[in-house]
Amino acid sequence: MSLLQTRAVSKAFGGVQALDGCTLGVERGSLTGLIGPNGSGKTTLFNVMTGYEAVDGCTVTFDGHEITNATPDRVFQLGIGRTFQLTRIFPRLTVLENMHVAAQREGWRSLFGRWSSSREHQRALELLDFVGLTRLQDVPAGNLSYGQKKLLEFAYVLVAEPDVILLDEPAGGVNPTMIHYLTDRIRELNQRGVTFLMVEHNMEFVMGLCDRVVVMNHGEIIAEGEPEAVRSDPKVLEAYLGA
Amino acid sequence: MKALRPLGLLALLALAVLFPLLFPNPAVDTVAVLTVLFATAVTAWNTFSGYSGYISIGHAAFFGIGSYAVAILCQDWHVPGGYLPFLLLPLAGLIAVAFAIPMGWIALRTRKHTFVILTIAMFFIMQLMAFNLRSVTNGSRGMSLPIPVSWSGAFYDLPFYYVGLALLLVAVALSWWIRNSKYGLGLLAIRDDEDRARGLGVRTGAFKLTAFVLAAFFFGMVGGLHAYFVESIFPAFAFDPLIDLMVALMAFLGGLGTISGPLLGAVILVPAQQFFTIWFNKPGFYLMIYGAMFLAIILLLPQGIVPALRGRFTKAETLAGPVRSGDDGDVAAAVAWAGDVGDGERGGGA
Ligand SMILES: Nc1ncnc2c1ncn2[C@@H]1O[C@H](COP(=O)(O)OP(=O)(O)OP(=O)(O)O)[C@@H](O)[C@H]1O
Ligand SMILES: [Mg+2]
Repeated sequence: MSLLQTRAVSKAFGGVQALDGCTLGVERGSLTGLIGPNGSGKTTLFNVMTGYEAVDGCTVTFDGHEITNATPDRVFQLGIGRTFQLTRIFPRLTVLENMHVAAQREGWRSLFGRWSSSREHQRALELLDFVGLTRLQDVPAGNLSYGQKKLLEFAYVLVAEPDVILLDEPAGGVNPTMIHYLTDRIRELNQRGVTFLMVEHNMEFVMGLCDRVVVMNHGEIIAEGEPEAVRSDPKVLEAYLGA
Repeated sequence: MKALRPLGLLALLALAVLFPLLFPNPAVDTVAVLTVLFATAVTAWNTFSGYSGYISIGHAAFFGIGSYAVAILCQDWHVPGGYLPFLLLPLAGLIAVAFAIPMGWIALRTRKHTFVILTIAMFFIMQLMAFNLRSVTNGSRGMSLPIPVSWSGAFYDLPFYYVGLALLLVAVALSWWIRNSKYGLGLLAIRDDEDRARGLGVRTGAFKLTAFVLAAFFFGMVGGLHAYFVESIFPAFAFDPLIDLMVALMAFLGGLGTISGPLLGAVILVPAQQFFTIWFNKPGFYLMIYGAMFLAIILLLPQGIVPALRGRFTKAETLAGPVRSGDDGDVAAAVAWAGDVGDGERGGGA
């Protein structure tokens, strides 16, 4: 059974059918790409999976737990981390403080401790180093460049050691060197057992990195399979050409 | 600079402790008592509103509830004037908490402007209850508290001052500790992006409510102490909307979300209020000045005094370096700017 599974997820906003019976499984240890034209429902699907958008009459399961309409904090606690298309960091907290916000998985007792002396501090520093932001740890996160913010968001999601990470356009607006760097980081984590589901418009990025690609259009899944097969699927070409 | 900090704090503390002994003048000490009470209230308020970003204009309701709690308990239990009524303060705080839990639970379902409006509405509901629940509050005729007959002259203010100072120290210690705990970090994350914080496992509901209730606890105690200090209470004065406006003004003036800022605000504004009242010889005239000040602060010093000063210092240190030229310039500019926005104060000071 898939690690993360949605069954027949539908979601409408007023007259717009953003999702229309989406059934999607993400296998443990995979690097799955989710692509599709603008407005095809990719972000909405992420929102449903992570508790940011309510649905009815369908199910979302994660590792045997039903998480349909679970709250975002519960979804996170179970081990699903995500980033946002429009990066969401805490602008007035420093980079290091941002890293500590996500480290909330240790029971309520840890609340009374100083965040800077906890066990997670070491981990936070390691991860900052991992994404190359060590130098900026005391800078308010709002001052980072666009790409740096993406890296920070990626890093603080990692603090909690999630089993699955959903990335919404990790490469959007990021320069080629940084994309390269990001690709390496994702591969490295995947080798350590982290499962990825990522939305991305940069085809080179998706085709180079993912082992499976799912294509959405008008809220439906129209194709899925290996990158090569999807690339040459006429339905996909049609969707992208807007026919 | 760093090494001097504990010394400076100790000196301030000594000054606070010795103040009424150095100035044994009842008029001055009355202002000192009010200053300490407001400083406690604003510190507690800031721990909720400053850290979480939820601006409450309704916590004065808990001040009123605390006032009435002490008055009613003294009356029902026949507590004589003297030191005994001080022992009722924690109880007054807890009674305020009992009201704050459901009120906070409801109000915190909303955000931003709606939250502000809701806290104001709740405040006026409580004030209306004080007017109308005559069997409990004696309505607009008010209530009197026991009078400590054996305290007279310059001594009268001392017990109030020291009890108030003790409350203040507890409030500041708590505020400082929260700022440095993971709990406090959660509150600051809520201020920046609540939904995102929630998605990272921060129990936003519980965090907000506990901070709201904690502030109410202190408002209850401060209200109780104030009631005993002024000896009689009336609905319109125990539930006074100006208390919340004063508290908010103090926090904004000094620096919302910092530890020392709100204290500074209280130390400036409470004596200023008393001074203007005497100067113009008309109570309430100071309100015009306050209104003008509020405007001036929002326009000229939107961050408050403490963050602005800190910005000055860091700017002076970093302007020497390259600014916005390549990577290091970014850092320098960022650090300089950090001072301006940096209400994330860690050290704190009285
Ligand atoms: N909160 C909302 N309210 C109303 N409509 C919404 C909302 N969220 C999404 N939609 C609509 O649902 C549809 C799918 O949006 P979604 O953001 O999921 O697309 P997407 O595939 O992520 O697109 P993009 O590639 O541009 O990010 C769009 O038509 C969008 O306008
Ligand atoms: Mg999207």
